[in-house]
Amino acid sequence: MKFIRWLLGLLLIAAFLYGNFYIYEGDILYKLVNVILFCAVFVLFRVLFGPTAADRIVAVDIMGILIVGLLALFGLAQKQSFFMDIGLIWALLSFIASLAFAKILEGRYLDD
Amino acid sequence: MTREIIGMVFILLGIMFDFFGVLGLVRLPDVYNRLQAATKCVTFGSAGILFGVFIIQGFNNFGFKVLIGIVFIFLTSPVSAHAISRAAHRSKIPLAKESVVDQYQEDNELRD
Repeated sequence: MKFIRWLLGLLLIAAFLYGNFYIYEGDILYKLVNVILFCAVFVLFRVLFGPTAADRIVAVDIMGILIVGLLALFGLAQKQSFFMDIGLIWALLSFIASLAFAKILEGRYLDD
Repeated sequence: MTREIIGMVFILLGIMFDFFGVLGLVRLPDVYNRLQAATKCVTFGSAGILFGVFIIQGFNNFGFKVLIGIVFIFLTSPVSAHAISRAAHRSKIPLAKESVVDQYQEDNELRD
């Protein structure tokens, strides 16, 4: 069972790499953006099937930081600087959200 | 030209770190292990991507926004990771079977 899961993940990664770097024809920056989007699929797996609540909170926190990098790369590819404004605000909101989730997980609420 | 090559090297390094961090988030057995792998690698990964974009862009408005983003991620990511791990330990999420020592628990027992 564990071996089958491992093989499935390896096949998924190999298929993604082949499709992204040999079949898809685009600028190199868009290919790198696709790699980050593929990482976000793994993070979504941990959000959906995480055994405990803390796993889901960790995954959401990591997702926020990943999206900041994605927005910087996408802004570099499109030569527009306002994507980084969205990235800064996203990082701020992700930080506050993970602090609030941690506080609720600990058993306290926002007013103590 | 050399500036773009150095920036692309930083961006590739950052994307590699992102990918390995997300792989650790999926593969490792425990909340604390997952938090360690994901936080270290995603902090360095996204900061590497932003630093590469800064080297490519130089000191225009996009470059300054990216620089502010690096400072913000470096300040906030360890804080939220610390809060999440402390909340997970206080809400009594068990460690993995392979772990050998839990010094935070021992300290709490000594203090009580």
